[in-house]
Amino acid sequence: MKGNEVLAEAAMRAGCRFFFGYPITPQTELAAYMAKKLPTIGGTFLQAESEIAAINMVYGAAAAGARVMTSSSSPGVSLKGEGVSYMAGADCPGVIVNVQRGGPGLGGIQPSQSDYFQATRALGHGDFYMPVFAPSTVQEMADLIYDAFDLADEYRTPTMILADGMIGQMMEPVLLPPERDLSTLPAKPWATSGSRMERKHNVINSLYLSPNKLEDTNYERFERYEQIKEKHQRQELMSCDDAQIVVVAFGAASRIARTAVRDARKKGIKAGLLRPITLWPFPTKAIDELCDGGASSFLSVELNMGQMVQDVRLAVNGRASVDFYGRTGGVLPTPEEVLQAIEKVAAGEPVVQSAEPGAVGSLLPHPKHRKSSYERGE
Amino acid sequence: MAKPNKALIKLPAYQEERIGTQIAEGETIRAARPHVLTDVVTNYCPGCTHGIVNRLVAECIDELGIEGKTVGIAPVGCSVMMYDFFNCDMIEAAHGRAPAVATGVKRVHPENVVFAYQGDGDLASIGTAETVHAATRGEKITVIFINNAIYGMTGGQMAPTSLPNQVTQTSPYGRDVSKVGYPVRISELLATLDGVAYVERVTCDSRQHIMQAKKAIKKAFQNQIDGIGYSLVEVVATCPTNWGMTPLDAFQWLRDNMLPYYPLGVYKDVVADGFATAADAALERAKDCPIAQQKKED
Ligand SMILES: Cc1ncc(C[n+]2csc(CCOP(=O)(O)OP(=O)(O)O)c2C)c(N)n1
Ligand code: SF4
Ligand SMILES: [Mg+2]
Repeated sequence: MKGNEVLAEAAMRAGCRFFFGYPITPQTELAAYMAKKLPTIGGTFLQAESEIAAINMVYGAAAAGARVMTSSSSPGVSLKGEGVSYMAGADCPGVIVNVQRGGPGLGGIQPSQSDYFQATRALGHGDFYMPVFAPSTVQEMADLIYDAFDLADEYRTPTMILADGMIGQMMEPVLLPPERDLSTLPAKPWATSGSRMERKHNVINSLYLSPNKLEDTNYERFERYEQIKEKHQRQELMSCDDAQIVVVAFGAASRIARTAVRDARKKGIKAGLLRPITLWPFPTKAIDELCDGGASSFLSVELNMGQMVQDVRLAVNGRASVDFYGRTGGVLPTPEEVLQAIEKVAAGEPVVQSAEPGAVGSLLPHPKHRKSSYERGE
Repeated sequence: MAKPNKALIKLPAYQEERIGTQIAEGETIRAARPHVLTDVVTNYCPGCTHGIVNRLVAECIDELGIEGKTVGIAPVGCSVMMYDFFNCDMIEAAHGRAPAVATGVKRVHPENVVFAYQGDGDLASIGTAETVHAATRGEKITVIFINNAIYGMTGGQMAPTSLPNQVTQTSPYGRDVSKVGYPVRISELLATLDGVAYVERVTCDSRQHIMQAKKAIKKAFQNQIDGIGYSLVEVVATCPTNWGMTPLDAFQWLRDNMLPYYPLGVYKDVVADGFATAADAALERAKDCPIAQQKKED
């Protein structure tokens, strides 16, 4: 199965019976799979007139107490920002999938991680966060969307799967999670599903005209965020026990970085890989431990011009050097490029040191690298 | 003051329980707030028609006995706080998105009664796409549309429904149709869509018109209960505050200018046309289109 189809199948197994979306590449297979299967298991697939409508349908369905999701890709996710902000403000759980493509604007349709800021710095206006999961394998597409639904319900928050075109399109063997018995889904006594005259009426709302009341609701929400930060930071560590140089990479970039780290080890460089599985909360505790354990350098490798590197810097907080290497626009770096960057770090040379075309980490890659990995036939 | 004679007052059935109850020596309840309305002071200006229409919606919910399964969607506009005024479950939507939110709720709980209450800026400008598509999908929801030809809440800016030459904060020289175009006639527009079961335009400037408005609103709810299709009632309304008039002058201006531009009446009623549902009417309309006639196996 393709990564996108696995997301759909695992979502249904997690108890999701409602999907609202609008067509966009490269998440197409997800919606197509939902359209085919959801009606056969008593669910609803609805193609909305826009991503704005889709996310507001998600808001309504979530308010009514359903397990519900939407999926899109970068330009469509921008339109969902409004609805996600309202969901956060009204404490409505739901899952948003972003199978990222290159940007800004219409950008391209090749894999990218250019929406890291958008995902982790609050998608939409207002003072809020949402948990963001970053799968790096097809198996993780299945596992993480299952967790994304549970976490959303537990903390009454929207959650996001931040995937990319590469993992979405990729085929890998996968062990699907078990079918969730719908009767085991958490009760939602707050839902606006009709009072049946048996309780006080429920209100789903994000408007608080009194500043003190608004501050109180935000404080309460941020207490939940603190719990999430405390309990739900997730990451994978590889060869980190004695690592001096830690490569930090998620999603598709982590697959390339993994090879580069192995190659660096073969060359005797004490490199390791930290792969954030949750981007928010960012795995700061793991970085603390790595710093305490003697890591002297971090190298953030991303499919963008340097976004997660800011979180790495914040977490490292001056205890080690932090460098960045990335490619953008849908271009994937080769493991050799990443290895070169690791070697620079090992040699104590800054990675991003000049605008000279072709210099490792230079903002202007060498013309030979300007072709995408697909065009290079890799 | 003479006490009203109960026998002379025709009381709605839903109030009967409370009506006639002696509350103190010589004092008897003659009329009561609908059960679905909460005991709070609304934020509506004195003389504003929002208050009248809120009340009509509430009376219909009470009389149909559907409070327990009703979910209301409040808009962004002067009725933004409706979730405080109603005792049924309520959701506050983003500006213009009420039909999409209503769709989400209705798809999850088809047995519930879902209504959206929206102003003209909300429904006919920022939320036009959501409105048109909920209507054409034939969402089985009820929409109450308050057309007061102005953006009330934000202080009187030009609305999509502001009349030609109408002076507003953002059309200080009068709405110049050669530059900003013409008002949108929503009832006429939606009546062309196959998903729509019922559209009527009413007003509330007189007792007679208020009774007609209530009849229309009740029908729009009944249609949903009966699964007939999407129903919308457009209420030609006033905004005395931002029109800069007394409530009475505002009604006169409504009669003089609004009603000729927005004629009252039924714009679509599939039941009156002899169909059981909007879907049946749509099928008949497409009778020469073979693919549209294909039967779906469930
Ligand atoms: C996205 C967005 N844009 C603008 C606003 C500001 N706003 C609040 S109410 C309103 C107009 C409401 O007018 P209308 O729908 O006609 O309702 P009325 O107040 O007249 O009943 C606007 C533009 C907003 N809240 N959200
Ligand atoms: S501003 Fe206008 S529409 Fe709003 S409550 Fe006052 S009179 Fe009514
Ligand atoms: Mg208005």
